Amino acid sequence: MVTLGHYLIVSAILFAIGFAGVMLRRNIIIILMAVELMLNAANLSLVAFSRFHVDPTGAPNYNAQVFVFFIITVAAAEVAVGLAIVVALFRLRQTTHVEDISSLKF
Amino acid sequence: MSPFLFWIFALLLLIFGAAVIFNRNPVASALSLVVSFLALAALFISLNAYFIGIIQVLVYAGAIMVLFLFIIMLLDLRAEELRKINWVASAGGVAVALALIVQIFAVIGKLKIAKQTFPPLPTPTALASGASTSDDVRQIGLLLFTNYNLPFQIIGVVILVATIGVVMLSRRETR
Repeated sequence: MVTLGHYLIVSAILFAIGFAGVMLRRNIIIILMAVELMLNAANLSLVAFSRFHVDPTGAPNYNAQVFVFFIITVAAAEVAVGLAIVVALFRLRQTTHVEDISSLKF
Repeated sequence: MSPFLFWIFALLLLIFGAAVIFNRNPVASALSLVVSFLALAALFISLNAYFIGIIQVLVYAGAIMVLFLFIIMLLDLRAEELRKINWVASAGGVAVALALIVQIFAVIGKLKIAKQTFPPLPTPTALASGASTSDDVRQIGLLLFTNYNLPFQIIGVVILVATIGVVMLSRRETR
């Protein structure tokens, strides 16, 4: 039988994959994708807890799902701004490699 | 919530999540991320969160990934050539990620409720007699427009600001 712990462990592994991606990869776009993976890992554990804590009428706790809704919205805005910064950076430097962009002032 | 389906989708999620990190080609990474998000949406639906699962497919697998692919196409990124890998930094990154996962596993191992299965939702007969559940779109909508009305409006302002910011960032400077 699938327990709450199974979902939490899948969520933990997904978060670690995203974290390793941010640490290991040097391409800004891949780093943004890894950040998305981490956000989704948090979403998965939130939804699992929402399903776990049912109220007396038998309904899941929908507060967590509203929270997930907000996280998805903020993630969408974050990706849009992040990719716009990547495009602006690419116009200046013709690279998306983080080690080529190490100075604060161009 | 059949265990068989859970394992299939959890494996899909993790394998394609790892493929995002290990692919050299950005397009392959982005497409792996789409499959990973679809598997995650299936896991949401297995948790009876139908609204969140559909939003996941629409917003993540649809909008956000199209944005990623569009930017990759716009920047004309090739599979990056192998640069000299900084082994010390890579080993440090892997070590920190492993330490993180060991810590999370330790916490989950100590958590007593992690060993319990999910409580059953009311059966259709109980639903017919007035218990309300599994109409999660309605419940989330009610919460959004009552309890969480202010955060909901603030999130609208956040999206507006993000839109304006993106337009400002991507405008060519005319000097």
